[in-house]
Order: sequence, then structure tokens, then C-alpha cells
Amino acid sequence: MTSDGPAFDDAAIAAQTVIEGRNLPRMETWSRPYWEATGRGELLLQHCAHCGEWQFYPRPLCTTCGEVPEWELASGRGEVHTFTVIRQNRSAPFKELGPYVVAMIQLDEGPRMMTNLVGCAIDDVRIGLPVQVHFVPADDEMALPFWRPVVGVG
Amino acid sequence: MADRTPVIVGVGLSDYPKEPELDNVAHHGLAIRRALDDSGVKLPDIDGLMCFGSYGVDDAPTVAEIFGIKYRVLDGTFVGGTVFEYFVHHAAAAIRTGQADTVLISYGSALLSSQGRNLGTQMFTSGARQAGPLQYEVPWGNPLIGSYAMAAKRHMHEYGTTSEQLAQIAVDIRDNASHNPKALYQKPITVDDVMSSRLIADPLHMLDCCVISDGGGAVIMTTAERAADLPSTPVYIAGSATAQTHWNISQMPDFTSTAAAISGPAAFAEAGITHADVDTLQLYDSFTITTLLLLEGLGFCAKGEGGPFVGRGGVLRFDGELPTNTDGGGLSSCHPGMRGVFLLIESVRQLRGQAGDVQVPDCEVAVACGSGGFLSAMGTVVLTKEKR
Repeated sequence: MTSDGPAFDDAAIAAQTVIEGRNLPRMETWSRPYWEATGRGELLLQHCAHCGEWQFYPRPLCTTCGEVPEWELASGRGEVHTFTVIRQNRSAPFKELGPYVVAMIQLDEGPRMMTNLVGCAIDDVRIGLPVQVHFVPADDEMALPFWRPVVGVG
Repeated sequence: MADRTPVIVGVGLSDYPKEPELDNVAHHGLAIRRALDDSGVKLPDIDGLMCFGSYGVDDAPTVAEIFGIKYRVLDGTFVGGTVFEYFVHHAAAAIRTGQADTVLISYGSALLSSQGRNLGTQMFTSGARQAGPLQYEVPWGNPLIGSYAMAAKRHMHEYGTTSEQLAQIAVDIRDNASHNPKALYQKPITVDDVMSSRLIADPLHMLDCCVISDGGGAVIMTTAERAADLPSTPVYIAGSATAQTHWNISQMPDFTSTAAAISGPAAFAEAGITHADVDTLQLYDSFTITTLLLLEGLGFCAKGEGGPFVGRGGVLRFDGELPTNTDGGGLSSCHPGMRGVFLLIESVRQLRGQAGDVQVPDCEVAVACGSGGFLSAMGTVVLTKEKR
């Protein structure tokens, strides 16, 4: 990577999003629709038609009013709410990654989601940074929702 | 009518900080025997047991079996390191209602000797697919320290809190530890020492983190009436409360506010105390940010002002404005994975006037506030020298 080239090209992001060795989710009753959607490149959230609240992670009932929520397609946009740079993790594959960013994303719809922020130098990460979802296939059925700075912003 | 006001009549510490010959059950045994000796209570008189440990090793029913405890009340609640404040809350209710007369709270852990110092910086996953809410977190490699680091980062963003201010917490607690010959680390440190220690998870440095040790503790509670017949000096449970805002860190509603803001005021109200009445604080200090958030949550300073409050330096020392973690805390003395029981034991030591070099003069009111999980669950207990 050179200083006049793209800051983070596809190869650089691929190095940050290695899947092998990560502990992957189990598809369960309430997580299956969510993870199956990731496999199609879609981010689904639960929305309650009764009280209007959005929620993540998926659950049987709305945590605000107790009614049964519905699945809706989310925008896949948000901003960094808080983050840390992990510099020591003794577990594979993270011990091989070098410093990496764990972030909480404030989704435009309201809920927050944990992720690794990629496609961005560690020193450029800041609270409030506009970000978009970046799916990376994890197996034949699901993809992991990494997040990256919104292209063309910042 | 019998006075069923709940009191602590005995406390016992196991050996610490590094005891390679002791396993979890051995720590329970030392702590329980010492608490029995301290209280004058006989083992067969115990009719309530509250503890949490490893399944099949020192979980509540296993400990009941190992020590032959014929309980009427058993509690194996799990909410992380503050569970011992929860146990006091539950035991106080059981004692008041007569469900139990004498309750033993016990803890033993050989964490350092059995697993080393990896608690904060490794993933505790089996390699199998992750079930439950953690499935939305484990793929991202967030070790325990990362959760606290994200809270610290947000606090800095919203309120301008600095790393130097957080470091001062570690410095003050280390000064307290320098008077504890059993503390894991006793040599005084400076803010520069903390700032120049390795960054583990920005903005937290190595010296912002608690130690990992071995250790154990036991607390025996009974009624004020029974305490009158025992040789030990009772300490009164004047108020207690518990609350939880979330369990997993990604569900924390406000990264700068904890459930101490709920359980603290509730426990203070039950005890009928104000902040000015508190002579010593025993706060969970898994990381410097934990202590800062508890100080704010309990209302010893306004939300967001924890940085300047502790940053003056010396405030938390045993001889400071607000004597806190006078045994050297988790940051310097002893943290075998769950620290909540030590908050209670140090409170009792202070209220009985047994704290030696770090004794707070005229100590009449102590507050123990724990943090469990990932800044998730907070139990607060108000302990007093006299009945209130």
C-alpha cells in the first residue's frame, strides 16, 4: 500500500476480515432468520408494529412492550458509538491479527451492534464516524456483518 | 419480639495472593473455618448457604455436600463478581422473614494458580458454534477488557475524562495496598507509571487492570438477637439493593451509566443515610473505569465529573477524602475472578476498627458496591457499626 494509493483496498480489508478461527454463531430459532438474511447480503432487524421500537439482537418478544415483533430490512447504515483497539488477545485468530478495532455501531434505526470496524486505519477511527455494513461470507449459509467507513464520506 | 435485624457476625479470608497448593475447595475451607472462628458460630447452626463456583466443584449444592450444610435456604445466583452483594441482599430478606437464622456466604478460587493471568485478554469459547446472545459478540474477538475499554472511551468522548485521571485511581489504590503485606503489588506507583505501561485495549493500560490472584472469603450472617449471644462484634446490614441494566456489553443502554445508579440510591434510602454519612467505600475495581463509574453511579460526584473528582489525587487513599478499597482493592491486592466478597470483608474490618495502618477513624458507615458481568449487574450494601 502506498501513500497515494487507496487507503484500504480489497486485499487490505480481506486481511482484516479473515474468518477462519473465529467462533461462529449457531443458528437458533430466533437467530436463524437474521443469519440466513446475512447470507443473502441483507441486514434484518426486528421492528414492533405495536410500539414502533426496533431491536437487536432478535428475540421472541419486543423488550419494550412484550408484543411479537416483525422482521424488517435495515438500512445497513450507522455510526461508531464507541470502540476500542484490542492490542492483546491470546486467542486465535486474533492473536495473529495485530491491533484491531472492536466497535459498537449505533444503527440508523436505533439499536446498537458489535462488530470489527475495517477498511480504516486505526488512528482514523473516531466516535461518530459514519459507517456501512460490509458482509463477509462465513460459511455456505451466513455472512458476518463487519462495518466500514461509508465510501465517499469522511 | 425477637430482633431479626440482619447482621454480619463473622468474616474470614483464605490465604492470598498466590497459593499454588490450594484449590477452590481448600480456599472455601480456610475461609469458612476462619469465619466460624471469628463469629463463634458452630457449623451445624448454619441453615442457609449462598455461593457460586465451578459446576461440580464448588457450586452451591456441591459446597453444601462438601461441608455437610443442612440448609433451609440455598442460593447459587450468578451475576458475576458482585454476586456477594446480591447474596447479602437475599440473606437479609431470608433472615428477616425467618426462612433462615444463620446464613453462610462463601467463595474460593485458585484462578491465578490454575489458569494464570489470561482472564481479561483471551476468549472463553469452546470452538463450537456459539448459542444465545453471545453469538452476536464472539465473532468479533472482544476479550473482557474490551468491554470496559469501550465504556472508558465513551466516557472520555462525552465528558472529557482523561487517561491521567483514570490512572490516579490505580495510584491511590496502590498507596492503600502498600500498607497490606499480603497485597499482590505493594510498591507505590505514579500516574506516569500507569500511562507508560502497555496499552492493552485503548484507552486502558496494563496498570488500569486489576490483578489476577488466588483467594477466598466467607461471611456469616444471622439475626441481631442471636448475635447478642455470640462473642464477636456484629456489623449491621442497614440497607441493600440490586439492579441490572443489561448482561452482555453490546446491550448496555448507556456506556457511561451503570445500575449502581439504581441499587445505590435504593440501599441508601433503606439505610436512611446520605453521602456525608459514608466513612469508607469498598468499590469493585476490575478496571480503573469500573471504580469511576461506581463513584458516579452512587452519586459521590455528578455524572461525568468522576475524572476531575479522582484526578485531584489522594481522594481514594485510606487517609483521603473518601477512603476507598483500603485493602488495596482488586487493582493491587486480590482479585481471584470475583471480588465482591472482599468488599464486604474489608467493610467489616473497618467498622470493627480492625484495619490497622489503614483504619478510617471513627468508622461507622461503610458502603460496598460490586459490579458483575460487563458493567451489567450492581449490588449495593450499606453496613453500619450501630443499629440504625
